[in-house]
Amino acid sequence: MPTGRLRNDLPLVFAYFWNNEGAGMSEYNFAYLDEQTKRMIRRAILKGLAIPGYQVPFASREMPMPYGWGTGGVQVSAAVMTQADVLKVIDQGADDTTNAVSIRRFFERTAGVATTEATEAATVIQTRHRIPEVPLSEDQILVYQVPIPEPLRFLEPSEVETRKMHALEDYGLMHVKLYEDISAHGAIATSYAYPVQVEGRYVMDPSPIPKFDNPKLGMAAIQLFGAGREQRIYALPPYTQVVSLDFEDHPFEPSKADHPCGLCGATDSYLDELIVDDAGGRMFMCSDTDYCQARRAAGHVGALAEDAA
Amino acid sequence: MQQASLAGGFADPPHQSSTAFRAIMQVMARPGRIETITGGAAPAPLSGAASSVLLTLADPDTGVHLAGAFDTQAVRDWITFQTGAPLVAAPAAQFVLGAWADIDLTQLAIGTAEYPDRSATVIVELPALSPEGAILTGPGIRDRATLGLPGDVGVFQRNAALFPLGVDFMFTSGAQIAALPRSTKVSQCTSNQR
Repeated sequence: MPTGRLRNDLPLVFAYFWNNEGAGMSEYNFAYLDEQTKRMIRRAILKGLAIPGYQVPFASREMPMPYGWGTGGVQVSAAVMTQADVLKVIDQGADDTTNAVSIRRFFERTAGVATTEATEAATVIQTRHRIPEVPLSEDQILVYQVPIPEPLRFLEPSEVETRKMHALEDYGLMHVKLYEDISAHGAIATSYAYPVQVEGRYVMDPSPIPKFDNPKLGMAAIQLFGAGREQRIYALPPYTQVVSLDFEDHPFEPSKADHPCGLCGATDSYLDELIVDDAGGRMFMCSDTDYCQARRAAGHVGALAEDAA
Repeated sequence: MQQASLAGGFADPPHQSSTAFRAIMQVMARPGRIETITGGAAPAPLSGAASSVLLTLADPDTGVHLAGAFDTQAVRDWITFQTGAPLVAAPAAQFVLGAWADIDLTQLAIGTAEYPDRSATVIVELPALSPEGAILTGPGIRDRATLGLPGDVGVFQRNAALFPLGVDFMFTSGAQIAALPRSTKVSQCTSNQR
């Protein structure tokens, strides 16, 4: 982490944290939020766990970062975090983007928790739009940053109406949307934020994870979803039955780029496409940076590892 | 107000409530699991676990209802001083606390079709928590779990049948806590142990 350089390209408070390394953060309560706010969020989390897939309204606070930077995830993480936790933050699978680094740093300073980039070493993982490749254990908690929690929102703009649709279990519109995909493209073209039905009841937006990640949603870890701007929290207890919506003749297919990772050679991980020159050259590499690094450290070498180094 | 109501709160609220909440979240997410939860010490007959739950979750925004023998002046004073939660009638309560025999589930908020979260959480004080008993399946449980439940399992089956409406249960005894959310399907243990 570079510390000698002052930065003014970050949102104000991130810049404050960045530029004031070593300054004590004792002026803040543990994990930034005040206790009454945490109680309110904690109550919402418990009701969310009791009604899997249902979006619990909560009084989202203004956080020292812009909406879209993970204000919902940060509030949920702050409410579940204990001093003993080890935090990992990923952004599209990567530990080293500005968003991930800033949030990790935010909690290092306001909660004093240990942080890590290793998936297995983390107890709380806050994620933007990916599920780590390594299966999570019962001792871990996965916190998602959610932009639009309502899966029906782009089909029905009114909250009053969508709430009624959830109450009546009226999800025909979602199936029509998937059907229109098929009629227009010959297949279900939705590739991320692919809608799921939880325990045969609520249709839920798994946040904009690639549909490649959908089969992992029935995992052993507790999954919590926080949408700050939209003021919703929802949850999946471990081993919850989560079914990606599909049709008998067009079954759900988790998909990924049909390549091995250029750096580590993995064929089972979700890949990012990278343009590497002006001549249209490209490479594919694991979006989960920790997974890729661990594989390379273990001696796996992809076809393009030489070029990249 | 008695002296007793001034004691028994969290000495270090941010950290004690965070570890207490972790235990509560674990049991609510994994029905059948029994966790230890400490830090709170309300006047008798409240257990340490129930005290800690109230300190962690109750505040001026949440109505608390005390049922039967738990509705004493000492307990009322303690809750008022430590949490600021208003003491309300059962239908208006977010948290209902008492012995199993004293709680009338038919009176409690079960949420509405559009807001099923607006429902009561029932904290049932038991003489002891037992990992043996009724068979639980559903979210949070890999295959099946077991937990000793008070009374007739039919009560919990009817509550689960209301899903997504219904109430959620926490069971406390001493420093131990377990939970049974409305999403859990309960069936009678078929073997000879009851």
